[in-house]
Amino acid sequence: MIAHAIVFYIFSLIAIVSAIMVTVSKNTVNSVFFLILDFISISCLFIMIGAEFLGMIMLIVYVGAVAVLFLFVVMMLNVAQQKNEWFNSSGRSSHIPVGLLVSIIIFFELIIVIGGWKYKPDLLDSIAIEINTDLTNTQSLGSVIYTDYIHLFQLSGMVLLVAMIGAIVLTFRQRSGVKRQSYFKQISRDRKDGIELVDVENNKGVKIDA
Amino acid sequence: MAELFIFFEQIYRILFLLIPVLVSVAMIVWLDRRVWAFVQKRRGPNVVGPFGLFQTLADALKYIFKEIIIPASSNKVIFILAPIVTMTLALIAWAVIPFSETFVLADINVGILYLFAVSSLGVYGIIMGGWASNSKYPFLGAIRSAAQMVSYEVSIGVIIINVLLCVGSLNLSDIVLAQKDLWFVIPLFPMFIIFFISALAETNRPPFDLPEAEAELVAGYQTEYSGMMYAMFWLGEYANILLMCAMGSILFLGGWLSPIDLFPFNIIPAPIWLILKILFLFILFALIKAIVPRYRYDQLMKLGWKIFLPFSLIYVVLTASFLMYFDLLPGN
Repeated sequence: MIAHAIVFYIFSLIAIVSAIMVTVSKNTVNSVFFLILDFISISCLFIMIGAEFLGMIMLIVYVGAVAVLFLFVVMMLNVAQQKNEWFNSSGRSSHIPVGLLVSIIIFFELIIVIGGWKYKPDLLDSIAIEINTDLTNTQSLGSVIYTDYIHLFQLSGMVLLVAMIGAIVLTFRQRSGVKRQSYFKQISRDRKDGIELVDVENNKGVKIDA
Repeated sequence: MAELFIFFEQIYRILFLLIPVLVSVAMIVWLDRRVWAFVQKRRGPNVVGPFGLFQTLADALKYIFKEIIIPASSNKVIFILAPIVTMTLALIAWAVIPFSETFVLADINVGILYLFAVSSLGVYGIIMGGWASNSKYPFLGAIRSAAQMVSYEVSIGVIIINVLLCVGSLNLSDIVLAQKDLWFVIPLFPMFIIFFISALAETNRPPFDLPEAEAELVAGYQTEYSGMMYAMFWLGEYANILLMCAMGSILFLGGWLSPIDLFPFNIIPAPIWLILKILFLFILFALIKAIVPRYRYDQLMKLGWKIFLPFSLIYVVLTASFLMYFDLLPGN
């Protein structure tokens, strides 16, 4: 058990330190890398408490896809430079009070959620539902999501679909004058469309784009 | 004391797996060049050792003694970290590969998800290397490969769902044992083809080697790397290719199972069968490198998103409906 505890504290230490480094580090790209480290150590913590499916999904979704897009955006926007300017500028930024307000609200919300049973002790009963150890993680999650709460699941899918369509509509722009390759056109082209035989008179030439 | 013993036993088992993997990566590089050469009617590496088998070791020795050059304007920590990440990720994935019913380092419940997660992390080595070099071509190569690997991961994920529907478990040993009567390559043949092509794209192999397209980007994300750091990228890449071959043979070709459960075949030990299947897939990889021209980037994206993804999604529905209709769903 002692090894388990040591490993747990190592991972939590890495998680906390990298979470702090995300906000503190001056280079934005480094922040994203610390965010990735944070995700990875949190998924390790998930695995340590036996939630191996959640841990893996955390790795696949957040680290494998979301953070890649983060990195993409951060690298392309050249934010690193801007942020450096922001740090070094002498004048106070107007973002700080807003950020403080948001973080204080989130902090109190977290306290309410985590410490809820302090003022409502019967919440403890609902936390301590017995775990069925016969089923694997994946099976029990599947039966909860896809059988017990299928309608809620589909509703959240709808919400995501709306968000996706919204993102596409907002960012889609049709540019004119773009030459696209159409496989169908290429394949269905035959000799008649492509080649024309012309008898050219001497010293006259032909007009090509008729 | 007992804990210490277990610790050392684990280390021994890890080394017993890692060293053969590293040696076979070296051999596989030789095989790749050899197959490539034979297709083009050349001899390929044939000087060092018997049949040139030690060519890769000689190359590695050369890389070790070369100077490591770190560009002055690069982000040094990330620059050095990138090949380490690539190599580590390529090697840790082997922990869950089952070589036989008993010979597996970590027989975890979510083995296939672990493989998928590790292969999706592989993109970081490339992005980090490309960005930290602080140079145009590596950055372009990194951007390309990030988009490419993320896109093809999606279709690999959907293909894995197809297989999982037939198995009913995420454990790799269960996936192999479910193919005792029928390898999944037969009922899921189209998925096998798509998996194979997606694996080519996922490992940045020709015809999808756009991240290092030498005609356009010098050497892509590896341009600024030299010496041992380049060699680590290179070994990591081949270890990833072997891993993809192993994944293909476990998902579709029945892993360590012998093709027929009859006398001359079933006395051959299980790991040999897995290795033979991996080699078969790898030779296909090498042949394709030799005979197919490189894709254009927009064609690559079109293939991934507009052809493979819809097709494999439709196949998921088909597989699920088939299993449901004939009451073949596992776990019933």
